[in-house]
Amino acid sequence: MAAITRQASGAAVLPPPSGRAGLGGTLRSEFTKIRSVRSTWWTLLVLFVISVGIGAAISAGVAANWSHTSASDRATFDATQVSIAGLFFLGQLVIVVLGAIVITSEYSTGMIRTSLTAMPRRATVYAAKAMVFAAVAVVVTLVTAFIAFFLGQAILTSTHESATLSQPNVLRAVIGGALYVTLCGLFAFAAGTIFRHTAATITSVIGLLFVIPILAHLLPSNWYDDIARWLPSSTGDAISVVVGPGPDHLFSPWGQFAVFAVYTAILLVVGGILFRKRDA
Amino acid sequence: MIEVRGLSKRYGDKIAVNNLSFDVLPGKVTGFLGPNGAGKTTTMRLMLDLDYADAGGVTIDGKRYHTLANPMREVGALLDAKAVHGGRSAYNHLLCLAQTNNLPKSRVKEVLELVGLTEVARKRTKGFSLGMGQRLGIAATLLGDPKILMFDEPVNGLDPEGILWIRNLMKALANEGRTVFVSSHLMSEMEHTADHLIVIGRGQLLADCTMDEFIARSSGQTVRVATPQPEVLAKAVTEAGGSAVAGTGGALIVSGLIAAQVGDLAFEHGVRLHELTVVRASLEAAFMELTADSVEYRAEGQGVQGPQGTQGLPGPGPAREQVAAHEQFSGEGRA
Repeated sequence: MAAITRQASGAAVLPPPSGRAGLGGTLRSEFTKIRSVRSTWWTLLVLFVISVGIGAAISAGVAANWSHTSASDRATFDATQVSIAGLFFLGQLVIVVLGAIVITSEYSTGMIRTSLTAMPRRATVYAAKAMVFAAVAVVVTLVTAFIAFFLGQAILTSTHESATLSQPNVLRAVIGGALYVTLCGLFAFAAGTIFRHTAATITSVIGLLFVIPILAHLLPSNWYDDIARWLPSSTGDAISVVVGPGPDHLFSPWGQFAVFAVYTAILLVVGGILFRKRDA
Repeated sequence: MIEVRGLSKRYGDKIAVNNLSFDVLPGKVTGFLGPNGAGKTTTMRLMLDLDYADAGGVTIDGKRYHTLANPMREVGALLDAKAVHGGRSAYNHLLCLAQTNNLPKSRVKEVLELVGLTEVARKRTKGFSLGMGQRLGIAATLLGDPKILMFDEPVNGLDPEGILWIRNLMKALANEGRTVFVSSHLMSEMEHTADHLIVIGRGQLLADCTMDEFIARSSGQTVRVATPQPEVLAKAVTEAGGSAVAGTGGALIVSGLIAAQVGDLAFEHGVRLHELTVVRASLEAAFMELTADSVEYRAEGQGVQGPQGTQGLPGPGPAREQVAAHEQFSGEGRA
């Protein structure tokens, strides 16, 4: 035991601290956290494969069937939307899962208590967590969106209707699509902070983003047209449309994006307040 | 130094900590004792701003925990060794903690070495044994080379070797001039480690004294006397300032007088003695006696009668006894 005693005493003395623990270190810490668990890599891989794969599959189906496609269908065909449809329809499901577990796994494992003991300034922890997740999500969804777009357009070449980034609204749809999916993730992150429970968070966010729009469609169409622009999910419908004027019961693509951004911001603020006020 | 002042916390309608005040001083191991549910963990959570107090507060060298410039440089706390993400490697777990306080990466390797986890540093912690998890938790507390260390029930579930390791580590840390604050629900764990004791029960302070004081107050001065003339001796003892109550087997249990005094009294009053025994209550028994009324969960019909010695403790009843003990320890405990 003498050896251990010596070890305990023998821990090298650290140089005196310079400065104050703050956002910089906490951002590095949160990045270490997100990259050091397998679930992050698995979810992001699934996001990429599903998004690119489904975009490619739909594009290939369209291309194979092009000779049988009617002129009217050809006129409204949106090559951009088709190529990134995978990211929209399933990618957002996956990012919701990642956004939720980034925070809820801290509660389910108890890690939150260790995290907040190391850095007790909770606003800093919350901000760093949200920023790191948003940064990772933006990078991955942008890369995914562009790869899905280019792959889809390559497959659609034979239709002579494939899109290029220089065409109007195409870049907006690709980038906007990635940003919309990122927002879905942040929305789930905020909800996860409020619920502190993975299953509760994922179920409620998916209910809000996917199930409510389906139910809304069951309403009389004039009612639906009145409320559609206020549904979070309508952002995805608006921002991905390149061909045609877009649904007239919705705001402009970025206007529709702003609606969801405001919802997400409100939820993030509520989550932040609860994160600070509640016992950990 | 940790200063706890008027600390109170309730969860729902359950009072967890009630107007608690004490200091934890550097250079020694302070044992934080109390039965399960006494409020030890709550107190520690409040110290670390994990939970917020309803009244009162805690300062660490004069500051609230969350305002410390570099918290890990001031306090290393281990409340629950299982509070880690099992999917993360030991190295990455410590790294993400170190980064929050801008501690160098080299420090992570150093503390891993210190607790003997270097070989499993890259392994995910979900495969760790209880002892390895505890070592990882302790490594985390040492990252910032802190002046104050706080451990909640650190030896729970550990094998004897692990227990010894932690005990020696705590002593070594205190010898280096650090403040070591360690909780336990077992007196026996503190007996050879703690220099100072803070005892709580049902969220309230029961004792705040040095270990030596606790021993002195709890284990001396009880004499078991067997005599055919108990009435005469009891009267003599009372007149001499002691007290005598009936013990088992018709014996008298005398407190407030030492054995020699009781023998002399018997001689002076011509009382025949068949037995004269010094009964030392164990620390465990004294602790149980002290906390008897504040035990939260107890098996039905099972009192606090210790196996040995407890029954020899004098006093009219557990309730009165506890009040007396409270006055004794918290009243005169510390200057």
